[in-house]
Amino acid sequence: MNIQFNDETFRDDYSFYNSDRAIKRFPFPFHEDSYMYSVNMEQHRGGPVDSVYEKRFDVDEHYVAEMKDRAMVLADDPLRCQSLPHMTLAGWDLLELIMVSKSEDYPDLFELHRDGNNWRWVNKPLGIDDSFTFLDETTLPYGPMEYITRQAQGDFCVLDQRDDNLWMDAGMVTTQADWSLDFDIGMNFFEWHAPVPLAHEKGIFVRALKFLLNIQQGAPARRLNWTMTVNPLLDTSPENYHKWGIQKTTLTPENIGAKQHLRVELQTFFRLPRSNALVFPIRCYLCSFQDLMTAPKWGRRLHRVIRDLPEELATYKGFIDNRPMMLDYLSQFDDGLPTSPGIWPDLETEPALQK
Amino acid sequence: MSKFTFPESIRSRPVYGMLEPRAGSAHLFIADAEGAEAIIEMATPAIMAKGHIIYIAKGTDYEAQLRALNPASFYAGPSYGAAEQRIHKTLADAKMGLQVYLTGTEGLIGQAQNAAMQAGVPHTAIQTEHRGSTARRMQCVHCKGITEDVETDPFICGHCGLNLFVRDHYSRRLAAYQGVCIDAEDPGNVPAPKGIYE
Repeated sequence: MNIQFNDETFRDDYSFYNSDRAIKRFPFPFHEDSYMYSVNMEQHRGGPVDSVYEKRFDVDEHYVAEMKDRAMVLADDPLRCQSLPHMTLAGWDLLELIMVSKSEDYPDLFELHRDGNNWRWVNKPLGIDDSFTFLDETTLPYGPMEYITRQAQGDFCVLDQRDDNLWMDAGMVTTQADWSLDFDIGMNFFEWHAPVPLAHEKGIFVRALKFLLNIQQGAPARRLNWTMTVNPLLDTSPENYHKWGIQKTTLTPENIGAKQHLRVELQTFFRLPRSNALVFPIRCYLCSFQDLMTAPKWGRRLHRVIRDLPEELATYKGFIDNRPMMLDYLSQFDDGLPTSPGIWPDLETEPALQK
Repeated sequence: MSKFTFPESIRSRPVYGMLEPRAGSAHLFIADAEGAEAIIEMATPAIMAKGHIIYIAKGTDYEAQLRALNPASFYAGPSYGAAEQRIHKTLADAKMGLQVYLTGTEGLIGQAQNAAMQAGVPHTAIQTEHRGSTARRMQCVHCKGITEDVETDPFICGHCGLNLFVRDHYSRRLAAYQGVCIDAEDPGNVPAPKGIYE
Protein backbone atom coordinates (compact mmCIF):
# COMPACT_ATOMS: atom_id res chain seq x y z
CA MET A 1 0.00 0.00 0.00
CA ASN A 2 1.26 3.43 -0.88
CA ILE A 3 -0.09 6.24 1.33
CA GLN A 4 0.09 9.82 0.09
CA PHE A 5 0.20 12.01 3.20
CA ASN A 6 -2.00 15.08 2.96
CA ASP A 7 -0.57 18.56 3.43
CA GLU A 8 -3.43 19.93 5.52
CA THR A 9 -4.39 21.71 8.73
CA PHE A 10 -6.90 21.08 11.52
CA ARG A 11 -7.09 24.73 12.62
CA ASP A 12 -7.14 28.27 11.23
CA ASP A 13 -7.75 27.72 7.49
CA TYR A 14 -8.91 24.12 8.02
CA SER A 15 -7.45 22.72 4.84
CA PHE A 16 -8.14 19.15 6.06
CA TYR A 17 -9.76 16.94 3.44
CA ASN A 18 -10.60 13.27 2.88
CA SER A 19 -9.64 11.55 -0.35
CA ASP A 20 -12.14 9.23 -2.04
CA ARG A 21 -10.31 6.34 -0.44
CA ALA A 22 -10.56 7.93 3.01
CA ILE A 23 -14.30 8.51 2.58
CA LYS A 24 -14.91 4.88 1.55
CA ARG A 25 -13.02 3.59 4.58
CA PHE A 26 -14.53 6.07 7.04
CA PRO A 27 -15.70 4.21 10.16
CA PHE A 28 -19.38 5.13 10.00
CA PRO A 29 -20.55 4.37 13.54
CA PHE A 30 -24.19 3.37 13.07
CA HIS A 31 -24.94 -0.26 12.29
CA GLU A 32 -28.70 0.41 12.17
CA ASP A 33 -31.05 3.38 11.70
CA SER A 34 -31.09 4.35 15.39
CA TYR A 35 -28.59 4.84 18.17
CA MET A 36 -28.46 4.20 21.89
CA TYR A 37 -25.54 3.47 24.18
CA SER A 38 -24.46 -0.12 24.33
CA VAL A 39 -21.37 -2.10 25.28
CA ASN A 40 -20.63 -2.52 21.59
CA MET A 41 -17.33 -4.34 22.01
CA GLU A 42 -15.82 -6.77 19.55
CA GLN A 43 -12.44 -8.39 19.16
CA HIS A 44 -9.84 -6.20 17.44
CA ARG A 45 -8.42 -8.89 15.17
CA GLY A 46 -8.24 -7.27 11.77
CA GLY A 47 -11.13 -6.61 9.43
CA PRO A 48 -11.89 -6.07 5.74
CA VAL A 49 -8.89 -5.21 3.56
CA ASP A 50 -8.05 -1.48 3.70
CA SER A 51 -10.67 -0.82 6.41
CA VAL A 52 -9.65 1.06 9.55
CA TYR A 53 -10.02 -2.27 11.37
CA GLU A 54 -7.39 -4.08 9.31
CA LYS A 55 -4.24 -3.07 11.24
CA ARG A 56 -3.61 -2.86 14.96
CA PHE A 57 -2.86 0.89 14.64
CA ASP A 58 -4.33 2.36 11.48
CA VAL A 59 -2.04 4.78 9.63
CA ASP A 60 -3.79 6.91 7.02
CA GLU A 61 -3.32 9.97 4.80
CA HIS A 62 -3.73 12.32 7.78
CA TYR A 63 -0.80 10.87 9.76
CA VAL A 64 1.86 13.51 9.20
CA ALA A 65 -0.55 16.45 9.52
CA GLU A 66 -2.06 15.05 12.71
CA MET A 67 1.36 14.67 14.28
CA LYS A 68 2.18 18.30 13.43
CA ASP A 69 -1.08 19.39 15.02
CA ARG A 70 -0.29 17.36 18.15
CA ALA A 71 3.12 19.01 18.47
CA MET A 72 1.44 22.43 18.28
CA VAL A 73 -1.10 21.51 20.97
CA LEU A 74 1.68 20.25 23.26
CA ALA A 75 3.78 23.36 22.73
CA ASP A 76 0.80 25.47 23.83
CA ASP A 77 -0.24 23.18 26.72
CA PRO A 78 2.18 20.51 27.98
CA LEU A 79 -0.46 19.31 30.48
CA ARG A 80 -2.13 17.39 27.63
CA CYS A 81 0.48 14.68 28.15
CA GLN A 82 0.87 13.42 31.71
CA SER A 83 1.97 10.23 33.38
CA LEU A 84 1.78 9.59 37.11
CA PRO A 85 5.07 8.28 38.51
CA HIS A 86 4.04 4.60 38.72
CA MET A 87 3.11 4.49 35.02
CA THR A 88 6.53 4.65 33.39
CA LEU A 89 6.75 0.90 32.86
CA ALA A 90 3.36 0.96 31.14
CA GLY A 91 4.78 3.68 28.89
CA TRP A 92 7.54 1.31 27.81
CA ASP A 93 4.97 -1.40 27.21
CA LEU A 94 3.05 0.98 24.97
CA LEU A 95 6.17 2.03 23.09
CA GLU A 96 6.96 -1.60 22.40
CA LEU A 97 3.41 -2.42 21.32
CA ILE A 98 3.25 0.46 18.84
CA MET A 99 6.75 -0.03 17.44
CA VAL A 100 6.30 -3.75 16.97
CA SER A 101 2.82 -3.39 15.47
CA LYS A 102 3.67 -0.60 13.07
CA SER A 103 6.92 -2.13 11.87
CA GLU A 104 5.13 -5.44 11.20
CA ASP A 105 1.98 -3.92 9.71
CA TYR A 106 3.65 -1.14 7.66
CA PRO A 107 7.18 -2.39 6.89
CA ASP A 108 7.61 0.18 4.12
CA LEU A 109 6.99 3.04 6.59
CA PHE A 110 8.42 1.86 9.92
CA GLU A 111 11.40 -0.28 10.96
CA LEU A 112 12.31 -1.66 14.36
CA HIS A 113 15.73 -3.29 14.84
CA ARG A 114 16.32 -4.97 18.19
CA ASP A 115 19.50 -6.38 19.64
CA GLY A 116 18.71 -7.15 23.27
CA ASN A 117 17.79 -3.81 24.78
CA ASN A 118 19.58 -1.86 22.06
CA TRP A 119 16.81 -0.70 19.77
CA ARG A 120 16.76 1.36 16.59
CA TRP A 121 13.47 2.88 15.43
CA VAL A 122 12.99 4.27 11.95
CA ASN A 123 9.87 6.32 11.19
CA LYS A 124 10.11 7.28 7.53
CA PRO A 125 7.02 9.53 7.22
CA LEU A 126 8.22 11.71 10.11
CA GLY A 127 11.94 11.45 9.24
CA ILE A 128 12.95 9.88 12.57
CA ASP A 129 15.85 7.43 13.01
CA ASP A 130 16.62 7.00 16.73
CA SER A 131 18.72 4.47 18.57
CA PHE A 132 18.02 4.01 22.27
CA THR A 133 18.15 1.56 25.14
CA PHE A 134 14.82 -0.08 25.91
CA LEU A 135 13.71 0.66 29.51
CA ASP A 136 16.31 3.44 29.89
CA GLU A 137 14.48 6.78 29.88
CA THR A 138 17.69 8.78 29.61
CA THR A 139 18.20 7.52 26.05
CA LEU A 140 15.00 9.08 24.64
CA PRO A 141 14.15 12.77 24.17
CA TYR A 142 10.81 12.30 26.03
CA GLY A 143 9.35 9.74 28.39
CA PRO A 144 8.48 6.52 26.54
CA MET A 145 4.72 7.19 26.34
CA GLU A 146 5.19 10.74 25.10
CA TYR A 147 7.91 9.71 22.66
CA ILE A 148 5.83 7.11 20.88
CA THR A 149 2.48 8.89 21.05
CA ARG A 150 3.99 11.93 19.37
CA GLN A 151 4.31 9.46 16.48
CA ALA A 152 0.92 7.74 16.64
CA GLN A 153 -2.47 9.09 15.57
CA GLY A 154 -5.21 9.27 18.17
CA ASP A 155 -5.31 9.94 21.88
CA PHE A 156 -3.91 7.38 24.30
CA CYS A 157 -5.17 6.70 27.80
CA VAL A 158 -3.03 4.35 29.83
CA LEU A 159 -5.11 2.77 32.58
CA ASP A 160 -3.70 1.18 35.70
CA GLN A 161 -5.66 -1.83 36.96
CA ARG A 162 -6.09 -2.27 40.72
CA ASP A 163 -8.91 -2.73 43.26
CA ASP A 164 -11.10 -4.24 40.49
CA ASN A 165 -11.14 -0.89 38.73
CA LEU A 166 -9.29 0.99 36.01
CA TRP A 167 -7.50 4.25 36.81
CA MET A 168 -6.74 7.00 34.32
CA ASP A 169 -3.14 7.39 35.43
CA ALA A 170 -1.39 8.43 32.20
CA GLY A 171 -2.32 9.76 28.81
CA MET A 172 -1.62 11.75 25.67
CA VAL A 173 -4.80 13.64 24.90
CA THR A 174 -4.85 16.29 22.17
CA THR A 175 -7.75 15.22 19.93
CA GLN A 176 -10.43 14.71 22.54
CA ALA A 177 -14.17 15.10 22.46
CA ASP A 178 -14.31 17.74 25.18
CA TRP A 179 -12.76 16.08 28.22
CA SER A 180 -9.68 17.09 30.17
CA LEU A 181 -6.87 14.66 30.97
CA ASP A 182 -5.40 17.21 33.37
CA PHE A 183 -8.66 17.21 35.33
CA ASP A 184 -9.47 13.51 35.05
CA ILE A 185 -6.00 12.02 35.63
CA GLY A 186 -6.05 9.78 38.69
CA MET A 187 -9.79 9.06 38.46
CA ASN A 188 -11.30 5.60 38.30
CA PHE A 189 -13.51 4.30 35.47
CA PHE A 190 -16.80 5.47 37.02
CA GLU A 191 -15.45 8.85 38.04
CA TRP A 192 -14.05 9.91 34.68
CA HIS A 193 -17.29 8.80 32.99
CA ALA A 194 -19.40 10.57 35.63
CA PRO A 195 -20.62 13.41 33.36
CA VAL A 196 -22.01 11.01 30.72
CA PRO A 197 -25.83 11.02 30.88
CA LEU A 198 -28.12 7.94 30.79
CA ALA A 199 -25.36 5.34 30.49
CA HIS A 200 -24.82 4.85 34.24
CA GLU A 201 -28.53 4.18 34.76
CA LYS A 202 -28.49 1.62 31.95
CA GLY A 203 -25.66 -0.26 33.65
CA ILE A 204 -23.40 0.36 30.67
CA PHE A 205 -20.32 1.25 32.67
CA VAL A 206 -20.59 -1.67 35.11
CA ARG A 207 -20.72 -4.12 32.19
CA ALA A 208 -18.05 -2.31 30.19
CA LEU A 209 -15.69 -2.32 33.17
CA LYS A 210 -16.17 -6.06 33.71
CA PHE A 211 -15.33 -6.66 30.08
CA LEU A 212 -12.25 -4.42 30.14
CA LEU A 213 -10.83 -5.84 33.37
CA ASN A 214 -10.72 -9.23 31.65
CA ILE A 215 -8.97 -8.24 28.44
CA GLN A 216 -6.00 -10.53 27.97
CA GLN A 217 -2.64 -10.03 26.32
CA GLY A 218 -2.83 -10.61 22.58
CA ALA A 219 -6.63 -10.34 22.52
CA PRO A 220 -7.42 -6.63 22.03
CA ALA A 221 -10.97 -5.30 21.70
CA ARG A 222 -12.54 -2.34 19.92
CA ARG A 223 -15.67 -0.22 19.65
CA LEU A 224 -16.81 2.93 17.88
CA ASN A 225 -18.05 6.10 19.54
CA TRP A 226 -19.10 9.36 17.89
CA THR A 227 -19.97 13.02 18.27
CA MET A 228 -20.30 16.11 16.07
CA THR A 229 -17.71 18.81 15.36
CA VAL A 230 -18.09 22.03 13.40
CA ASN A 231 -14.97 22.46 11.24
CA PRO A 232 -12.37 19.68 11.15
CA LEU A 233 -10.94 20.68 14.52
CA LEU A 234 -9.00 17.93 16.27
CA ASP A 235 -8.40 19.83 19.50
CA THR A 236 -11.96 20.12 20.82
CA SER A 237 -10.66 20.29 24.37
CA PRO A 238 -12.43 21.87 27.33
CA GLU A 239 -9.21 23.81 27.89
CA ASN A 240 -9.79 25.69 24.63
CA TYR A 241 -13.59 25.55 24.57
CA HIS A 242 -13.83 29.31 25.19
CA LYS A 243 -12.00 29.71 21.86
CA TRP A 244 -13.66 27.05 19.67
CA GLY A 245 -17.19 26.98 21.12
CA ILE A 246 -18.16 30.01 19.06
CA GLN A 247 -17.47 28.08 15.85
CA LYS A 248 -20.63 26.07 16.47
CA THR A 249 -22.61 29.23 15.72
CA THR A 250 -21.08 29.69 12.26
CA LEU A 251 -23.18 27.00 10.55
CA THR A 252 -25.56 28.16 7.81
CA PRO A 253 -27.78 26.14 5.45
CA GLU A 254 -25.26 26.96 2.72
CA ASN A 255 -22.07 25.85 4.52
CA ILE A 256 -23.33 23.01 6.73
CA GLY A 257 -22.45 20.28 4.24
CA ALA A 258 -18.81 21.32 4.22
CA LYS A 259 -18.42 22.55 7.80
CA GLN A 260 -20.35 20.02 9.85
CA HIS A 261 -18.27 16.92 10.53
CA LEU A 262 -19.22 13.58 11.98
CA ARG A 263 -16.48 12.79 14.47
CA VAL A 264 -15.91 9.09 15.07
CA GLU A 265 -13.65 7.51 17.63
CA LEU A 266 -12.21 4.09 16.99
CA GLN A 267 -11.52 2.97 20.54
CA THR A 268 -9.27 -0.02 21.02
CA PHE A 269 -8.11 -1.77 24.17
CA PHE A 270 -4.84 -3.67 24.58
CA ARG A 271 -3.47 -5.39 27.70
CA LEU A 272 0.16 -4.44 28.30
CA PRO A 273 2.51 -7.26 29.26
CA ARG A 274 4.88 -5.99 32.00
CA SER A 275 2.69 -3.46 33.80
CA ASN A 276 -0.66 -5.27 33.37
CA ALA A 277 -1.99 -1.81 32.47
CA LEU A 278 -4.61 -1.39 29.75
CA VAL A 279 -3.95 1.01 26.93
CA PHE A 280 -6.98 2.68 25.46
CA PRO A 281 -6.20 4.39 22.14
CA ILE A 282 -8.97 6.73 20.98
CA ARG A 283 -8.47 7.37 17.30
CA CYS A 284 -10.42 10.28 15.83
CA TYR A 285 -11.76 10.23 12.27
CA LEU A 286 -13.51 13.25 10.80
CA CYS A 287 -15.80 13.35 7.75
CA SER A 288 -17.88 16.25 6.44
CA PHE A 289 -21.60 15.76 5.95
CA GLN A 290 -21.26 16.35 2.21
CA ASP A 291 -18.62 13.63 1.89
CA LEU A 292 -20.73 11.21 3.94
CA MET A 293 -23.69 11.85 1.63
CA THR A 294 -21.74 10.28 -1.26
CA ALA A 295 -22.77 6.92 0.24
CA PRO A 296 -26.57 6.74 -0.17
CA LYS A 297 -26.92 4.33 2.73
CA TRP A 298 -25.08 6.67 5.08
CA GLY A 299 -27.25 9.61 3.97
CA ARG A 300 -30.47 7.76 4.72
CA ARG A 301 -29.22 6.43 8.02
CA LEU A 302 -27.55 9.54 9.42
CA HIS A 303 -30.78 11.48 8.95
CA ARG A 304 -32.78 8.88 10.86
CA VAL A 305 -30.26 8.56 13.70
CA ILE A 306 -29.93 12.31 14.29
CA ARG A 307 -33.70 12.83 13.99
CA ASP A 308 -34.52 10.17 16.59
CA LEU A 309 -31.66 10.73 19.05
CA PRO A 310 -32.85 11.40 22.63
CA GLU A 311 -32.54 15.04 23.59
CA GLU A 312 -30.12 14.31 26.47
CA LEU A 313 -27.65 12.77 24.05
CA ALA A 314 -27.88 15.59 21.52
CA THR A 315 -27.26 18.01 24.39
CA TYR A 316 -24.38 16.02 25.84
CA LYS A 317 -22.79 15.69 22.42
CA GLY A 318 -23.11 19.45 22.04
CA PHE A 319 -25.26 19.80 18.91
CA ILE A 320 -28.78 20.31 20.28
CA ASP A 321 -28.90 23.90 18.98
CA ASN A 322 -27.76 22.89 15.49
CA ARG A 323 -29.92 19.78 15.20
CA PRO A 324 -32.80 21.46 13.29
CA MET A 325 -30.38 22.78 10.65
CA MET A 326 -28.68 19.39 10.44
CA LEU A 327 -32.03 17.71 9.87
CA ASP A 328 -33.02 20.20 7.15
CA TYR A 329 -29.80 19.29 5.36
CA LEU A 330 -29.84 15.55 5.99
CA SER A 331 -33.51 15.05 5.08
CA GLN A 332 -32.62 15.82 1.45
CA PHE A 333 -30.68 12.55 1.44
CA ASP A 334 -33.36 10.34 3.00
CA ASP A 335 -35.86 8.91 0.53
CA GLY A 336 -37.37 6.50 3.04
CA LEU A 337 -35.88 3.36 1.49
CA PRO A 338 -34.70 0.63 3.86
CA THR A 339 -30.98 0.33 4.62
CA SER A 340 -28.77 -2.74 4.77
CA PRO A 341 -27.55 -3.85 8.20
CA GLY A 342 -24.01 -3.06 9.33
CA ILE A 343 -21.73 -0.02 9.13
CA TRP A 344 -20.22 -0.53 5.67
CA PRO A 345 -21.36 1.79 2.83
CA ASP A 346 -22.33 -1.12 0.51
CA LEU A 347 -21.86 1.16 -2.48
CA GLU A 348 -22.30 -1.69 -4.97
CA THR A 349 -25.60 -2.96 -3.60
CA GLU A 350 -27.46 -0.05 -1.99
CA PRO A 351 -29.76 1.88 -4.35
CA ALA A 352 -28.96 5.43 -5.39
CA LEU A 353 -30.96 8.24 -3.82
CA GLN A 354 -34.51 8.15 -5.22
CA LYS A 355 -35.25 11.87 -5.08
CA MET B 1 -27.62 24.05 61.87
CA SER B 2 -24.35 23.14 60.20
CA LYS B 3 -25.49 20.04 58.32
CA PHE B 4 -26.60 20.07 54.69
CA THR B 5 -28.07 17.23 52.66
CA PHE B 6 -26.49 17.32 49.23
CA PRO B 7 -28.72 16.38 46.30
CA GLU B 8 -28.00 13.18 44.36
CA SER B 9 -25.27 13.74 41.84
CA ILE B 10 -22.78 12.16 39.46
CA ARG B 11 -20.23 9.51 40.36
CA SER B 12 -17.19 11.77 40.61
CA ARG B 13 -18.83 14.00 43.21
CA PRO B 14 -17.56 13.30 46.73
CA VAL B 15 -19.90 11.73 49.25
CA TYR B 16 -19.40 12.52 52.92
CA GLY B 17 -20.26 10.48 55.95
CA MET B 18 -20.33 11.07 59.71
CA LEU B 19 -17.20 10.89 61.80
CA GLU B 20 -17.12 7.96 64.17
CA PRO B 21 -14.42 6.83 66.60
CA ARG B 22 -12.23 4.00 65.31
CA ALA B 23 -9.45 2.10 66.98
CA GLY B 24 -6.11 3.71 66.18
CA SER B 25 -2.63 4.45 67.47
CA ALA B 26 -3.30 8.18 67.03
CA HIS B 27 -6.14 10.35 65.76
CA LEU B 28 -5.55 13.32 63.46
CA PHE B 29 -8.41 15.79 63.04
CA ILE B 30 -8.18 18.45 60.34
CA ALA B 31 -11.15 20.79 60.33
CA ASP B 32 -12.38 24.24 59.49
CA ALA B 33 -15.24 26.44 60.70
CA GLU B 34 -18.35 24.41 61.69
CA GLY B 35 -16.34 21.20 61.32
CA ALA B 36 -15.56 21.86 64.98
CA GLU B 37 -19.09 20.71 65.80
CA ALA B 38 -18.51 17.29 64.27
CA ILE B 39 -15.36 16.84 66.36
CA ILE B 40 -17.09 17.97 69.54
CA GLU B 41 -19.97 15.55 68.93
CA MET B 42 -17.81 12.48 68.42
CA ALA B 43 -14.90 13.19 70.77
CA THR B 44 -14.24 10.94 73.76
CA PRO B 45 -11.54 11.39 76.40
CA ALA B 46 -9.81 8.21 75.17
CA ILE B 47 -9.70 9.44 71.57
CA MET B 48 -8.52 12.90 72.57
CA ALA B 49 -5.72 11.51 74.74
CA LYS B 50 -4.17 10.43 71.41
CA GLY B 51 -5.88 13.20 69.39
CA HIS B 52 -4.25 15.95 67.37
CA ILE B 53 -6.37 18.80 66.03
CA ILE B 54 -5.44 21.13 63.20
CA TYR B 55 -8.14 23.76 62.97
CA ILE B 56 -8.89 26.75 60.77
CA ALA B 57 -11.59 28.92 62.34
CA LYS B 58 -12.60 30.94 59.26
CA GLY B 59 -14.22 33.55 61.48
CA THR B 60 -16.11 31.13 63.73
CA ASP B 61 -15.83 30.85 67.49
CA TYR B 62 -15.27 27.21 68.38
CA GLU B 63 -11.61 27.30 69.41
CA ALA B 64 -12.21 27.33 73.17
CA GLN B 65 -14.58 24.36 72.93
CA LEU B 66 -12.04 22.37 70.93
CA ARG B 67 -9.25 23.15 73.37
CA ALA B 68 -11.56 22.03 76.18
CA LEU B 69 -11.56 18.54 74.67
CA ASN B 70 -7.93 18.32 75.88
CA PRO B 71 -6.37 16.89 72.72
CA ALA B 72 -2.75 15.77 72.87
CA SER B 73 -1.97 18.68 70.54
CA PHE B 74 -3.94 21.59 69.18
CA TYR B 75 -3.11 24.06 66.44
CA ALA B 76 -5.29 26.90 65.16
CA GLY B 77 -4.23 28.47 61.89
CA PRO B 78 -5.56 31.47 60.00
CA SER B 79 -6.02 29.67 56.65
CA TYR B 80 -5.51 26.30 55.00
CA GLY B 81 -2.53 27.70 53.12
CA ALA B 82 -0.92 28.75 56.40
CA ALA B 83 -1.52 25.30 57.92
CA GLU B 84 -0.48 23.32 54.86
CA GLN B 85 3.19 22.71 55.68
CA ARG B 86 2.26 21.63 59.19
CA ILE B 87 -0.29 19.20 57.76
CA HIS B 88 2.29 17.67 55.41
CA LYS B 89 4.82 17.34 58.25
CA THR B 90 2.26 15.75 60.56
CA LEU B 91 1.28 13.21 57.90
CA ALA B 92 4.89 12.50 56.94
CA ASP B 93 5.74 11.80 60.59
CA ALA B 94 2.66 9.61 61.10
CA LYS B 95 2.99 6.01 62.25
CA MET B 96 0.99 2.94 61.30
CA GLY B 97 -2.47 2.97 62.81
CA LEU B 98 -3.12 6.69 62.44
CA GLN B 99 -6.79 7.52 61.95
CA VAL B 100 -7.53 10.58 59.83
CA TYR B 101 -10.74 12.60 60.34
CA LEU B 102 -11.56 15.54 58.06
CA THR B 103 -14.52 17.83 58.62
CA GLY B 104 -15.80 21.23 57.58
CA THR B 105 -16.06 22.73 54.13
CA GLU B 106 -15.53 20.76 50.93
CA GLY B 107 -12.42 22.78 50.14
CA LEU B 108 -10.81 21.86 53.47
CA ILE B 109 -11.81 18.20 53.23
CA GLY B 110 -10.58 17.91 49.63
CA GLN B 111 -7.22 19.52 50.21
CA ALA B 112 -6.52 17.65 53.44
CA GLN B 113 -7.59 14.38 51.81
CA ASN B 114 -5.18 15.10 48.99
CA ALA B 115 -2.37 15.70 51.48
CA ALA B 116 -3.17 12.44 53.27
CA MET B 117 -3.26 10.53 49.97
CA GLN B 118 0.13 11.95 49.04
CA ALA B 119 1.42 10.64 52.36
CA GLY B 120 0.17 7.17 51.45
CA VAL B 121 -3.19 7.00 53.22
CA PRO B 122 -5.76 5.43 50.85
CA HIS B 123 -8.64 7.83 50.33
CA THR B 124 -11.09 5.09 51.25
CA ALA B 125 -9.52 4.88 54.74
CA ILE B 126 -10.09 8.55 55.51
CA GLN B 127 -13.25 9.62 57.35
CA THR B 128 -14.95 12.80 56.19
CA GLU B 129 -17.96 14.78 57.35
CA HIS B 130 -19.21 17.93 55.69
CA ARG B 131 -20.26 20.81 57.95
CA GLY B 132 -20.99 24.45 57.36
CA SER B 133 -20.66 26.35 54.12
CA THR B 134 -21.46 24.54 50.88
CA ALA B 135 -19.11 26.82 48.93
CA ARG B 136 -16.87 24.99 46.47
CA ARG B 137 -13.24 25.03 45.51
CA MET B 138 -13.31 25.42 41.71
CA GLN B 139 -10.69 24.96 39.03
CA CYS B 140 -11.05 26.92 35.83
CA VAL B 141 -10.53 24.33 33.09
CA HIS B 142 -9.22 27.06 30.79
CA CYS B 143 -6.51 28.86 32.81
CA LYS B 144 -6.21 26.14 35.54
CA GLY B 145 -6.50 28.73 38.31
CA ILE B 146 -8.25 27.70 41.53
CA THR B 147 -10.94 29.94 43.02
CA GLU B 148 -11.75 29.19 46.67
CA ASP B 149 -15.16 29.31 48.33
CA VAL B 150 -17.34 29.73 45.25
CA GLU B 151 -20.97 30.15 46.35
CA THR B 152 -22.73 31.05 43.12
CA ASP B 153 -23.24 29.60 39.68
CA PRO B 154 -22.07 31.07 37.38
CA PHE B 155 -19.05 32.82 38.86
CA ILE B 156 -16.12 34.79 37.53
CA CYS B 157 -12.75 33.04 37.50
CA GLY B 158 -10.50 34.82 40.00
CA HIS B 159 -7.56 34.41 37.63
CA CYS B 160 -8.55 34.82 33.97
CA GLY B 161 -11.93 36.54 34.41
CA LEU B 162 -13.98 34.14 32.27
CA ASN B 163 -17.60 33.51 33.25
CA LEU B 164 -17.68 29.90 34.46
CA PHE B 165 -20.49 27.54 35.26
CA VAL B 166 -20.14 25.20 38.22
CA ARG B 167 -19.99 21.53 37.32
CA ASP B 168 -20.42 18.60 39.70
CA HIS B 169 -17.39 16.89 38.09
CA TYR B 170 -14.75 16.68 40.82
CA SER B 171 -11.05 15.81 40.88
CA ARG B 172 -9.59 14.38 44.09
CA ARG B 173 -6.10 15.08 42.77
CA LEU B 174 -6.88 18.78 42.37
CA ALA B 175 -9.34 18.84 45.30
CA ALA B 176 -11.58 20.95 43.07
CA TYR B 177 -14.71 21.00 40.99
CA GLN B 178 -14.52 21.98 37.35
CA GLY B 179 -15.56 25.37 36.06
CA VAL B 180 -16.26 25.77 32.33
CA CYS B 181 -16.92 28.90 30.28
CA ILE B 182 -20.68 29.49 30.19
CA ASP B 183 -20.90 31.96 27.32
CA ALA B 184 -18.42 30.51 24.82
CA GLU B 185 -21.15 29.99 22.22
CA ASP B 186 -22.92 33.27 22.96
CA PRO B 187 -20.42 35.76 24.39
CA GLY B 188 -21.91 38.04 27.00
CA ASN B 189 -25.03 35.95 27.54
CA VAL B 190 -24.42 35.14 31.21
CA PRO B 191 -27.37 34.31 33.46
CA ALA B 192 -27.65 36.09 36.80
CA PRO B 193 -25.67 34.19 39.45
CA LYS B 194 -27.63 32.19 41.98
CA GLY B 195 -26.67 29.97 44.88
CA ILE B 196 -25.23 26.64 43.76
CA TYR B 197 -28.02 24.63 45.40
CA GLU B 198 -30.86 27.09 44.74
